[in-house]
Amino acid sequence: MNAPASVMATQPSGTGHARKGAIRIQNVDKIYDAQGAAVQAVSDCTLDIRAGEICMIVGPSGCGKTTLLNAIAGFHDISGGAIYLDGEMLCGPDKPKAEPGPDRVVVFQNGALFPWKTNLENVAFGPVVQGKLGRAEAIDKARGMMADAGLAGVEHNYPGEISSGMRRRVEIVRALMNDPKVLLLDEPFRALDSLTKSVMHEALLEIYYKNKVTIFFITHDLEEAIFLGHRVAIMTTRPCKPKKILEVDIAHPRDYSVLTSPRFRALMEETVSAVHEEAVKAFEAGEKEM
Amino acid sequence: MSAVADTLVRRPAKRRESFFKNPIVRAVISIAAFIAFWELASRLNWPWIGQAPAPSKVMEAWLPLLNDRGYWYSWYQSSRRVLSGFLAAMIIGIPFGLAMATSRVFHDITFPVFEILRPVPPLAWVPAAIIFWPTQELSIGFVIFLGAIFTIMLNVIGGARSIDVRYFQAARSMGSSNWDIFRRIVLPGVLPSIIVGCEVGIGITWNVVVAAEMISGGGGAIQSSAGGGLGFFIWNSYIGFSYPLIVVGMISIGIAGWISSAIIRQLGILVTPWLRLR
Repeated sequence: MNAPASVMATQPSGTGHARKGAIRIQNVDKIYDAQGAAVQAVSDCTLDIRAGEICMIVGPSGCGKTTLLNAIAGFHDISGGAIYLDGEMLCGPDKPKAEPGPDRVVVFQNGALFPWKTNLENVAFGPVVQGKLGRAEAIDKARGMMADAGLAGVEHNYPGEISSGMRRRVEIVRALMNDPKVLLLDEPFRALDSLTKSVMHEALLEIYYKNKVTIFFITHDLEEAIFLGHRVAIMTTRPCKPKKILEVDIAHPRDYSVLTSPRFRALMEETVSAVHEEAVKAFEAGEKEM
Repeated sequence: MSAVADTLVRRPAKRRESFFKNPIVRAVISIAAFIAFWELASRLNWPWIGQAPAPSKVMEAWLPLLNDRGYWYSWYQSSRRVLSGFLAAMIIGIPFGLAMATSRVFHDITFPVFEILRPVPPLAWVPAAIIFWPTQELSIGFVIFLGAIFTIMLNVIGGARSIDVRYFQAARSMGSSNWDIFRRIVLPGVLPSIIVGCEVGIGITWNVVVAAEMISGGGGAIQSSAGGGLGFFIWNSYIGFSYPLIVVGMISIGIAGWISSAIIRQLGILVTPWLRLR
């Protein structure tokens, strides 16, 4: 009943869809009531994320996009509306906070690999705690997945011993080990320099083409958004809701030559002013708050 | 061209520099300078500091003790007491600290008492310890225990609180139970702080060993002047006006404390391999 019609409309190109993973964000509100001063972080936000697509959420820092991600992941509650995963309610009127679960795994902004576990143990973590695999089996599977992602050789290093780009890749593989329906990426490449970032973009796409998992990707980098996404949702700033949704009609698989293509340039031009407008608003709002 | 010239010129200078960069060399220089200054001050009879027995006098008193069973028995006595008091502080302090860090209710109930007891100096506990515990050894152990436990607990609580919330979120989102989170996130996350707490804590146990061993009236002595532990050794030397021996006792405790901290530090490095080689 609540399943959005658009879910079936356009499937991202590629070899079919292995699993579902459609997220419907319906009229979601979130009000932070810190120290009595209510802040409307998200207001009447409605957004459908199609199963198997890469949906990029673009907005200035502090616009409320991470609030949305936290609501989907089940780290924070919502104040109104509802969020569905494949038609099943994650959180809504009777249940303001979703239960965190391995069907929606988060990759964090500054990384959250456990520093006390080796990369291999990190990757094996999910199936072990879920009791889906024994330790030895999980380690085996983790080794295979790491090799697939070009991470052979760093299995027995600790996360602190490898580069930040490598760490981010390990973390994405760790998330994928849970066989999630949705990957929730919260500006995962923010801390990386632009060269490493471009390598990571291609690495992420490569992983995506193999796994075809729905990706909910938060960023404030428009170029990154258009390069990676099937669709780009540009969000308004505080309260956060979609301002403009851009269909990126550039065929997957993509590589870095896309960046210089006329179509990419045209899409950038089409959206850059919308993003800039919100950035100015966020900047001014930030100054007022001081 | 200039790069080549640079390496040619710099290399020998670098080698000479690295000798003084060696921390062991620096430590030796520092200790030697300190002793030289002390000896000089004592010989020239400078005000205040000149009153302390000169290092040569201290060595004169110390050397014969190295063959003295009583002296080494003092080492053994103090080490045994420090170790047992410290272990008790760990066994009780670590779980207590973890409980306080993980349970709000437990924290709110126990923290006020903890905070009131914490500033009470171990020396002030001595009379109560004598009355409270049936044997002298237990009283001594108790005072030492008090020296270490608060530091250990504070570090455990602080360490558990400072674990990055993203680790908990990541673990939750991968389907961890509460027990998994405690075992796989809280414990390893707090381990570095436990080690710091223990390292500082065992130092404090040596700080309070004099106070604690004032309780022992030289118990277990083989020779009458030494045998009640290093703390008692100092106290006893003071009463007997043998000032060089006071300094011998002080230095002995200093060395014992340094060795203990070094052992804890090494054990710490062993159990937190991820903190090595950043």
